[in-house]
This record gives sequence, C-alpha cells and structure tokens, in this order.
Amino acid sequence: MKKSKFFAIIGGIGVAALSVFLISADHIDAPAVTGTTADITDFYAFQGENNGNFVFVANVQGLLAPGQPTTQAIFDETVLIEINIDNDNDLKEDLVIQAIKRGDSMYFIGPTGPATPGSDPLESTIATSAKRSVKISTKDDVQIAEKDGMKFFAGPREDPFFFDFNQYNAVLAGTASSFNNPGVDTFAGTNVLSIVVEVPKSMIPGGVVGVNPFAPNTPIYNVWVEAKRKI
Amino acid sequence: MKTLKYITLFAAISTSLLLVQCKDDDDNVITQETCTDGIMNGEETEVDCGGPDCAPCGQVIDFSGTYRQEDQMGRPGINTVFGTTGFKDAFNVTVPTAMQAAFQTKFQDKLLALNADYTTNALGQDAATFTTVLSNDVLWLGKTGITTYFNGTEILTGRALSDDVIDVSLLLVFGGPDGSENPGLTSDGVPTNDVAFSSSFPYLAGPF
Repeated sequence: MKKSKFFAIIGGIGVAALSVFLISADHIDAPAVTGTTADITDFYAFQGENNGNFVFVANVQGLLAPGQPTTQAIFDETVLIEINIDNDNDLKEDLVIQAIKRGDSMYFIGPTGPATPGSDPLESTIATSAKRSVKISTKDDVQIAEKDGMKFFAGPREDPFFFDFNQYNAVLAGTASSFNNPGVDTFAGTNVLSIVVEVPKSMIPGGVVGVNPFAPNTPIYNVWVEAKRKI
Repeated sequence: MKTLKYITLFAAISTSLLLVQCKDDDDNVITQETCTDGIMNGEETEVDCGGPDCAPCGQVIDFSGTYRQEDQMGRPGINTVFGTTGFKDAFNVTVPTAMQAAFQTKFQDKLLALNADYTTNALGQDAATFTTVLSNDVLWLGKTGITTYFNGTEILTGRALSDDVIDVSLLLVFGGPDGSENPGLTSDGVPTNDVAFSSSFPYLAGPF
C-alpha cells in the first residue's frame, strides 16, 4: 500500500527529471547550464558571526571529486557572478554585488546600483564603482581579504549541500520504498568552487516589513544570484 | 603652482580609476607621465605598463563588455524540483518580475503531479498559494534576527549553511497540513553536512 502510494506520487514525473532533483539544490538544474562554468550549485544568505553583517555564498561548478578535479577547477573569467538585492519588494534588484575573476584574483564590485547597458534586464556590465579583490585560494593556501568592513573569499570548498542521493536511487529502482533514518549523505567528500562575501548591513539600506507572512515584522530583502557570460 | 596641483590631482584620479599602481612624478610637471596617459614614457617598457612604477605589461585589467544571464537561483531546489523539461532553461533566464506570470501555473501542475493528494502544507498554504510563493524564486533575507530557511521556529528568513533545506522541501510537498502524511518521504534522514561548518569567515569547510 505504502509502496504503491509512493509510486503513484513519483509516477507524475519522469525518471530523468527526478534524478536531477535527487542530485542537488541547483547543481545541474537545467540542460543549458549543466556542466558549464556558469552552473550555480547553491546560494546562501545569512547573518554573519558579527550580527551586524550579512554573508552571501555563491557556489559554482559542483560535484568536484577531491584531488585533480578540484585542484584543476578554475573560475571562468568570462562568467560574472552577480548577487542581487531587492530592498523594496518589487522583485527588481536595487543593489548588486558582482564577482569576477581576473588573473590570480577574484574582484568584487559593490554593493552598488545595478549596471544594465540597455533595456534588457538579463544583461549587465561590470559596475565602475570601487573594486576590491582577494587572491583566489587553493586547498593549501587560504586567502581572505578584508576591506572597508567587508570580507572576501574565493576558491574550492567542501560542498555544504547534504542529501541521501543513493537511497533515492534505491527507491527509484524499486529496491526501497522510503528513506532510511539515518540516511547517508551522498555528497560527503565532494567539493565546489565558492565565492563568499561578508558585508556590513549598513551598506544595504532598506528592507520591507510584511513580505514574509511568517515573520511579518521583520524587514525583508529579496536576494538571488545570477551567472552571466560575456557576449 | 595651481597647475602643478591640478596635474597631480589628475594623475591621482586617473591612477586610482585604473587600479594600477603608478607613482606620480612630482619633479616633472611638463609631461603627464603616468601609467594611464596613453604614451610610453618614464621607465615604462610599453605604453602605460612595465618599469618600476606601472603594472607589468599584459596585466592591464579589463572589466569591459556586456554579460548575459545563463543561470539564476534564489531558493534551493526550485528549478530542479518544479522545473519541467522544456522550461528549465527558460526559467534560468527569466527575471523575478516575470517569473510568477510565466511559471506559477506550471509549478502548481508539477506540485500536484508530485503529490496528487496535496491539500495544504504545514504552513497552511494551498497549492496556488504555495506555488505562487515558490514561483517568485527569490530568497527572503531578514534584516534583523536569526536567518534560516527553517529552524523549528523561524521560517524563511534566509538560508544558513546548516539548514536542512531538503527536508523542509520534502515536508512541504509531501507532509500535508500537519506534516504527518507520507512519513517515508518527508525526510531523507540526513540532517547535517558531513563536515562541520566554521563559525567564522569563510564559514564553509576546506575542500577534500
């Protein structure tokens, strides 16, 4: 009964689509970006160790095995990572933090107003405001830059995502009817390329109450990340 | 004197704009001998580069050009769970202001395909309300207080590294109004990462 119900549930989606769901938060989420240097795997936004700061994490190029796949993975100089912040709940970015590799460093621009060359909202230029940078880290050479109250990191990290992928596969294969407790983190031991930036909240004005029905009195920003390739 | 000050100021501004270290030569006010004057002068080895004062040649940093969106992400797993073959790529190149109109109905169809018995979820959202929130794929971030996808108390005020976003998603899709439906599908049994996170910048653990 339980098993048939489960299959009734998963029967609504194709195996291929489900297996992608199984893999990740956003890793290889769609055909056009899968496996490219513009494939965002995850995005995090949270209050920093100093609760006057926000931390934004953008991960790209997931599922890197330890060793050579990780040491040889590099950020792409033609891919701009753009963290978008909407501070008045109109779903349009009011501020962006841009990150792009040049040479041995990751350059960060912003928080600053969005730089859109024309009327197409999908296109950006790199803003001309102050640029700050950090040397890109390796496994053994961890570089953190601090400037103007901000902190910067770019380089390989352990993939913070966790999920029991194999058990889901077992369910799909019909050899299991549910998850296990405890399950097994299939992502244990894989790496990603991470961009981490910590920003004083004072650099990000605004925020609107009444957006989140579960926290109606908390001023809320809408935040998201985009990967954009030079055309 | 005024001219000298002007030239010095100009040189300083030009230099800072291009992010190249170049010492302004106060002894020479006749030529604007800087790393940004478009002339090979001073001790430069090529135009505006090389020598003791300017950046090495071949390393002028170019930030020009236009960049076009290929991928985007707000909340975890939205496109992977609710995207369907045929519009996953389109979703990634749709700006948030256009998402609800383009995708809410598709998300609702997908939700009901995943869980035909869906009525409401543990947040009290019916299928239309739930997929309206999700189709606007932005992550809410609280300006004050605890930031978490869900920690048992706070709901959707950010996303911390340790948040079990998979279980939250499974619970909301499969768990029904009180979270008790489909118990085998509402948690993957992996509540934490395999490696501990740091409480300090950059927070993520070092690579394997």
